[in-house]
Amino acid sequence: MPLDKPYLDIPGTTIFDAEQSRRGYALNQFCMSLMKAENRARFKANERAYLDEWPMTGAQKQAVLERDLNAAIAEGGNIYFLAKIGATDGKSFLQMAASMTGMSEEEYREMMVKGGRSIEGNRVIGEDGSAQAHRQPQGSGKPTWDRRRR
Amino acid sequence: MARITASVYTSHVPLIGVAIDLGKTEEPYWKPLFAGYEPSRRWFAANTPDVIVLVYNDHATAFSMDMIPTFAIGTAAAFQPADEGWGPRPVPTIVGHPELASHIAQSVIQDDFDLTIANKLEVDHGLTVPLSLMCGQPRAWPCPVIPFLVNVLQYPVPSGRRCFQLGKAIRKAVARYDKPLKVQIWGTGGMSHQLQGPRAGLINREWDNRFLDRLIDHPAALAQVPHVEYVREAGSEGIELVMWLIARGAAADAAGGPKPRIVHRHYHVPASNTAVGHLILEEQLEEQPS
Repeated sequence: MPLDKPYLDIPGTTIFDAEQSRRGYALNQFCMSLMKAENRARFKANERAYLDEWPMTGAQKQAVLERDLNAAIAEGGNIYFLAKIGATDGKSFLQMAASMTGMSEEEYREMMVKGGRSIEGNRVIGEDGSAQAHRQPQGSGKPTWDRRRR
Repeated sequence: MARITASVYTSHVPLIGVAIDLGKTEEPYWKPLFAGYEPSRRWFAANTPDVIVLVYNDHATAFSMDMIPTFAIGTAAAFQPADEGWGPRPVPTIVGHPELASHIAQSVIQDDFDLTIANKLEVDHGLTVPLSLMCGQPRAWPCPVIPFLVNVLQYPVPSGRRCFQLGKAIRKAVARYDKPLKVQIWGTGGMSHQLQGPRAGLINREWDNRFLDRLIDHPAALAQVPHVEYVREAGSEGIELVMWLIARGAAADAAGGPKPRIVHRHYHVPASNTAVGHLILEEQLEEQPS
């Protein structure tokens, strides 16, 4: 019998369940390794070589190299683990969150100061809220996570 | 005998810790948020307990994906603030209470809650931010703290019902402790927020405030709310709010006693990506025989 997953109809949201956790184990443990300064230094010196030390899929490595957090989540990443990449790049949680919406940092911050993203239209897939698939990317689409500025 | 004297509820947003550590609390962005904690700091200074049982979740700090305990209790004599990637917070070492922590572990495990026992643990912003909000920036924290950790990262997290029952078991454990300690229990995390995907930035002010109303007046009914309502209405990380039910289950009325008194309630949007909620409930001194 299939497991009960009543959360699959929420737009713009991936629940980190046991299946995602299993798929993302190596990716998340790579992220965890960035808690150590010497690992951060090795990663920054040669990202591809450092990633190749981990039994990650090609798609997972590519998502990390491109700092594409939505892709990393789709491949089993958990946001609290992926945040270690952001910390390595000197990014805040707000900048990381903005990067997943397509909004610039300023646009996203403005949305939060005005009370955050509305729940209306964003409860169930098929409504017309800002998080629905047919309304991506949001905002100007300016990159908020430009690695070249590190 | 030891007793629960109050339950405290607060969000534990990491950027709040940064704002405190960098002296930004008077800036226009932060001022309304911190103003709502000024009465709390006065109350806490006048009502400092002997021990705090602080319910929070680890954020990929002490626990990696190697091991994911659903419930864990810190039984160490001291806990160091962790480096979460931006350097450790400049806050005092947390002094534990190994004797009461071990007592709680034994009691609640005998009550069918299978805790993981952590004799060594670094604590992250989930624990230190609530302490900073309630105590300010002291040279040493005013009392020992027992870290009580809940998995809310990997789904399925424990149900609200299970959390509420666990709170009752903790109350029973505290009441069985043979020293006259005043114990506060804090539930932390939330309120509505989502840190991932195109729906990041979700805030649901109406649902959050209804959660606070229900937590105060109908906690047993609130404990029946399924996970999917939290996730759909309050965001994927809003699920942290189940931890508040552990603290609420430890109040007297959950065991047939008198309702707690509302000392303070505060709500503010935003702190970074998150809605901040806060509540202090004080136990009534005269416990009615149940």
